[in-house]
Amino acid sequence: MSAITGVFKRELRSYFATPVAYVFIVIFLVLSSAFTFYLGNFYERGQADLMPFFNFHPWLYLFLVPAVSMRLWSEERKSGTIELLLTLPITMWQAVVGKFLAAWAFIGIALALTFPLWITVTYLGNPDHGVIVASYIGSMLMAGAFLSIGSCISASTRNQVVAFILTVVVCFALVMAGFPLVLDAFRAWAPQGLVDAIAGLSFLTHFASISKGVIDLRDLLYFLLMIGFWLYASAIVIDLKKAD
Amino acid sequence: MIETHALGKRYGEFTAVDGITFKVEPGQVLGFLGPNGAGKSTTMKMIAGFLAPTSGTAKVCGFDIASQALEAKRVLGYLPEGAPSYGEMSVRQFLDFIADMRGVDRSVRDRRLDDAIGRLQLEAVLEQPIDTLSKGFKRRVGLAQAIVHDPKVLILDEPTDGLDPNQKHEVRTLINAMSRDKTIIVSTHVLEEVHAVCNRAIIIARGRILADATPAELEARSRYHQAVSLTAGNLMAAREALSRVPDVAAIEVDAQDGRLTAFPKPGRQIFTAVSDALREQNIVVRELALEGGRLDEVFRTITQGTAAKEATA
Repeated sequence: MSAITGVFKRELRSYFATPVAYVFIVIFLVLSSAFTFYLGNFYERGQADLMPFFNFHPWLYLFLVPAVSMRLWSEERKSGTIELLLTLPITMWQAVVGKFLAAWAFIGIALALTFPLWITVTYLGNPDHGVIVASYIGSMLMAGAFLSIGSCISASTRNQVVAFILTVVVCFALVMAGFPLVLDAFRAWAPQGLVDAIAGLSFLTHFASISKGVIDLRDLLYFLLMIGFWLYASAIVIDLKKAD
Repeated sequence: MIETHALGKRYGEFTAVDGITFKVEPGQVLGFLGPNGAGKSTTMKMIAGFLAPTSGTAKVCGFDIASQALEAKRVLGYLPEGAPSYGEMSVRQFLDFIADMRGVDRSVRDRRLDDAIGRLQLEAVLEQPIDTLSKGFKRRVGLAQAIVHDPKVLILDEPTDGLDPNQKHEVRTLINAMSRDKTIIVSTHVLEEVHAVCNRAIIIARGRILADATPAELEARSRYHQAVSLTAGNLMAAREALSRVPDVAAIEVDAQDGRLTAFPKPGRQIFTAVSDALREQNIVVRELALEGGRLDEVFRTITQGTAAKEATA
């Protein structure tokens, strides 16, 4: 059995060994439905699609994903199990990826449990299933990007609350990167090229284009590179910080 | 086999481990002694592959810890300080996980698990979450995970810390039983442990090796080595008699229990002379003992002696 699978299985099982998993899943389902029906006016719009559902995912993830990622490494460091884990015959990379995939799969399970909405909209009308599948893929990718950021920040502190708050802030900045709130801070002094580059980092823009049903290679690549970059950073941070 | 060469670890200006070189052969149990913060744990963490050394090298069974890290980790069993484990897992799940990660072969897996569970007497708590166990059991779970793959090299950081005397005895018996074909390093600051399990001891302070010898050799450095201690009814008479023995260099009386200790001149044996002198004077002796030497005294002399020297330098 490969090392990544071993870490993955242990990690995923540990979510369900504590109430964390159940609390998270229930809250996620309740909030995503509440947003869809009340804020998104799912019925009133009279359209057979899941836009009102997926539109709120960036905001939902902004608070819920850091709640999952905050314990990823800070708990290992706090309890000392990081020493146990990293002296097993596995590489740092396998440990980082194994733990990340477990957290991602966990969010995937929560996301998959929203399938009744899909059934509902299919029952009520005749939605474009391609768009829905694309949106689910986009949502999953975005969750992965949030998680990888959380993984890196969680590696840098042994305090979970600090990890949570910092992750929310960084993710918020990235979600809002295409909007004046963030761009105005740069526009005054930075060259236009940099401002455009920052705008291009926005989660919202990339997610929005995927959830329209267009799976553009650039959007896929954006999220995958984002995940790769932050996981690589995680490994470096763990290496630097594991001694203290 | 473990071999280190000028192994060192610096954190910025602070040197935690300052060029440690030693070699441990199979069958040896090496005791790491030293005050808190001496660099014992850091050295062990480097050999176990958790921390990267900033200078020097170490080899575990011939595998370099930097360039052949995975091979080195594979032949090694490690109990980190404080015996950390995943609290939400049951003992069985945890050991299964370690066995999987260690790549224990399917054909011997059950036997290895049963062996580790049996040796540490974990049968009764197998299905319990580790979080709910007592400190003693947690430590034993930590030891079980270190031996589950039958490693050639064992590194145990304070394996008996926090155990009661019976549990300490059991762990020492376990280490002795495993020592025949394994290379074992044990760190401790319980000096009696050195006698109980180690056939070699290294004393570390401020990141440097200050002594490397067998426990008996270390004791021979003690002022108390070959000294004679006794308790007598007539203390003054006994003291008087001892002072006339030619090879006695000094006599001390313990203010608390009135025990008398006669120290020999260097290299001399005084036991027979002392007991003859007491008999001649008809002094009633309640107890008469030949001292082997006191490790705690040697430990203090070695570790504090250099501190004083460095302070004046």
